[in-house]
Amino acid sequence: MSGIHDFTLASARDALKARKISAVELTNAHIDAIERLDGQLNSFITRTPDQAREAAKASDEALAKDEGGSLCGIPLGIKDLFCTNGVRTTAASKILGNFVPPYESTVTANLLKDGAVFLGKLNLDEFAMGSANLNSAFGPAVNPWKRKDSDAKLVPGGSSGGSAAAVAAGLVLGATGTDTGGSIRQPAAFTGIAGIKPTYGRCSRFGTIAFASSLDQAGPMARNLQDCAILLESMAGFDPRDSTSVDTPVPNYEASLKRGVKGLRVGIPKEYHVDGMPAEIEALWQQGMNWLRDAGAEIVEVSLPHTKYGLPTYYIAALAEASSNLARYDGVRFGERVSAPSLDGLYEASRAAGFGDEVKRRILIGTHVLSSGYYDAYYLRAQKVRTLIQQDFLKAFENVDVLLTPTAPSGAFAQDEKPSDPVQMYLNDVFTVPASMAGVPALSVPAGLDARGVPLGLQLIGKFFDEETLIAAGHAIEQAAAFHHRPTIHAGVSA
Amino acid sequence: MSYRITGSTGEWEIVVGLEVHAQVVSEAKLFSGASAEYGGEPNTHVSLVDAGFPGMLPVLNRECVAQAVRTGLGLEAEINLFSRFDRKNYFYADLPTGYQISQFAHPIIGQGKVLVDLADGSTREIGVTRLHLEQDAGKSIHDQDPTRSFIDLNRAGVALMEIVSEPDIRSPEEAGAYLRKLRQILRYIGTCDGNMEEGSMRADVNVSVRKPGETEYRTRCEIKNVNSIRFVMMAIEVEAQRQIEVWEAGGTVDQETRLFDHVRGETRSLRSKEDAHDYRYFPDPDLLPLVIEQSWVDELKAALPELPEAKRTRLEQEYGVSRYESSVLCVEQAIADFYETVAHGADARLAANWMLGDFFAALNRTGRSIEDSPVSAEGLRELLGLISDSTINGKIAKEVLEDMVETGDSASAIVERKGLRQVTDTGAIESAIREILAANSDKVEEYKGGKDKLFGFFVGQTMKAMKGKGNPALVNETLKKLLSE
Repeated sequence: MSGIHDFTLASARDALKARKISAVELTNAHIDAIERLDGQLNSFITRTPDQAREAAKASDEALAKDEGGSLCGIPLGIKDLFCTNGVRTTAASKILGNFVPPYESTVTANLLKDGAVFLGKLNLDEFAMGSANLNSAFGPAVNPWKRKDSDAKLVPGGSSGGSAAAVAAGLVLGATGTDTGGSIRQPAAFTGIAGIKPTYGRCSRFGTIAFASSLDQAGPMARNLQDCAILLESMAGFDPRDSTSVDTPVPNYEASLKRGVKGLRVGIPKEYHVDGMPAEIEALWQQGMNWLRDAGAEIVEVSLPHTKYGLPTYYIAALAEASSNLARYDGVRFGERVSAPSLDGLYEASRAAGFGDEVKRRILIGTHVLSSGYYDAYYLRAQKVRTLIQQDFLKAFENVDVLLTPTAPSGAFAQDEKPSDPVQMYLNDVFTVPASMAGVPALSVPAGLDARGVPLGLQLIGKFFDEETLIAAGHAIEQAAAFHHRPTIHAGVSA
Repeated sequence: MSYRITGSTGEWEIVVGLEVHAQVVSEAKLFSGASAEYGGEPNTHVSLVDAGFPGMLPVLNRECVAQAVRTGLGLEAEINLFSRFDRKNYFYADLPTGYQISQFAHPIIGQGKVLVDLADGSTREIGVTRLHLEQDAGKSIHDQDPTRSFIDLNRAGVALMEIVSEPDIRSPEEAGAYLRKLRQILRYIGTCDGNMEEGSMRADVNVSVRKPGETEYRTRCEIKNVNSIRFVMMAIEVEAQRQIEVWEAGGTVDQETRLFDHVRGETRSLRSKEDAHDYRYFPDPDLLPLVIEQSWVDELKAALPELPEAKRTRLEQEYGVSRYESSVLCVEQAIADFYETVAHGADARLAANWMLGDFFAALNRTGRSIEDSPVSAEGLRELLGLISDSTINGKIAKEVLEDMVETGDSASAIVERKGLRQVTDTGAIESAIREILAANSDKVEEYKGGKDKLFGFFVGQTMKAMKGKGNPALVNETLKKLLSE
């Protein structure tokens, strides 16, 4: 079966359609890879090989009849924040216990409808709160990349760390992620893969466990943007069960790859030149500008004056919502319950035992910023600043079509280099948070390696519901960067 | 006359505002498709949204919004085309999500008013501050097991309208009149069944007292969840009395939440202001702001039924009924409809008389409501027609009505069956009278000697002899003639 792990999602799809390979073969190869490698990566929380084989068999039957959807027979991993009917869903938290939803999230239902084969549920930071996947009740997911000179375990980024690691290592052809402040883009950058955070409202949030409702957005993570485009087209769409999903047609995203960038105006937000940014990140950014210019785009400096307020206001708005969203995990109706003689005691004991430290920290902060006497100073002001941030983008987009920035201020760091100050950790999101606050789409593509051989990503930010231009610009970078490096741990590399 | 309570330091005035929670009449809950019907086995009207399962999202029920707008129109209130849902955060076992979705800063309905009629015939206008939509919570059941509580989520998520009055109420009577009028309006529009026993209407009562002439309000207490109009009136009285005693003893009333114990006839502290919840209201990010079109409001307005006040005025003008009669006939829409059916093509005044008298008495006696009345409006109209065309007289009509209630037969069938047709044959009447006069010659002498009131005696005797079927006018006329012979 040599070469089976060289497939991209798109090439696998074409091979399946042409019957060059069967869905069962493809799925078995990935199940084998998971069994072989995931002991090192811990990218899966729950594996579902039996269901996957069943689904693959059904896919082969459909393919034999020239039926089946756009993802027929494609093995995917699902971030364990999406509720999956009959399959344990944990949000990487102890508090959900062995919760098995009797329902399917809209995003995963869309993928299933198009014939995707689910290999299991992927690791993440507990309730998607984190930037290194170190906050999982099921242990950290590990980045399949290693530094040239060290065997230290690197973080895959977060919160969609398991999704990123599994895609990068070739354990799945694609994965779902969710992005609240960078949780798709930053891990994609850390693991040398592509990821898209669509416009807020593009994918339904129904059945996806909420972190911060006004920011959470599902999106695809895969080896390249073509694969992401195929996945996004399946995941996206209006859902009457989510009042914030938007009823606008889903375009053929894959087709937008071919658009090119001739005449495209690419904005460079000057405020993203932050203090202390490593020179190699600056250099990569410049490289990105050159690539796009060479491909026919025009580079324009723009200003997003409220950028510096992005991070603090994000951590107010997101945590305020989280403190309320996580109130339902109380040990009363599902998940873990620690019995106590009083109702308050039951809440306290269940939540103390069920939530990890970072989640508790965020609930406390979120509760504080909403409390009487602090609401105006924190929550209300953050909402106002959020509007200003959004206006920054709208204004910039009067003049340019997309914005180019680095995805993260560094490459993947080692697990033991985790900053002791949680706020330091939050700085990972400095470039990704503003687009989340504005609700505009953004993506990350791999653009190169740092001096120690660890991948770095570039971020593109687009106009509302203009994922197509974003994908076109991203693809131009992909072509120029020709990123064909592979991580140390990869299914295609014999152990 | 203003209502005053006399304490040891003189007279006190009471100031009351009411927050009424009215359950919206709708098929489904406010944010889920689960049935909003009352009752049902515990936890059978519950969707995953109501139970707060992970990833579940609320979707606003358009009909509940329409009901709130209709109610707002009935209260002659401002309809806010922009409103918003907020989360009210607190932990309780019957609140699955840990927050109630409500409208805090931007309610759907603004200022309105309710006109109330008082016993002395006067009318007062009570201001409505606002009306907003919110979810009901589930029910905690603590008396089934010594160590455990049970939760029934059937009510969780059912739509409520919270209708907040201005502190315009100055007596228990006004509070009762306000609640009755509000309930009447809600029932007319069909937005709440107003059934306080089933909890579909409950009131939080804000009470304070002050000396007549004071312009500022003193500290108020809120009495939570009072579930009958009578208890609201009682609670106001005892709470006002308590506060007066506190003030007169040199103390101060603390702002707090209290409970009314109708068995002991007292209010008790539930929690003080210091223990008050910090609800951490913020806009619910799962829901977009609620924006409605004026044209939609106009459509709802055009489709609104006639409201109690308008109906009363019309009934008075169209049918000539009195102010009192119109108030009774308009208590419920069904009664007014029934009346209009009866009055249509009949003697409208007679119809009002009969409805308020013998007909309601028959309903009471049989324990029936207007909806399942044993006598139809058409049946009653037929009966009244028989009076008007002198087929029977009023007294016989009472007997016929009783028979109608009992047998369900029509008035004319009963009249035929029992041979109750009124005797208008003057010859028959005259011979009956002559027999009576002959048998009572002594009384005839007395009458002729000036004892006029014996006339009634002769009428009675004649009617008795004729088994009540004599035409009263003819009997009178003939009697007068024969007595003056």
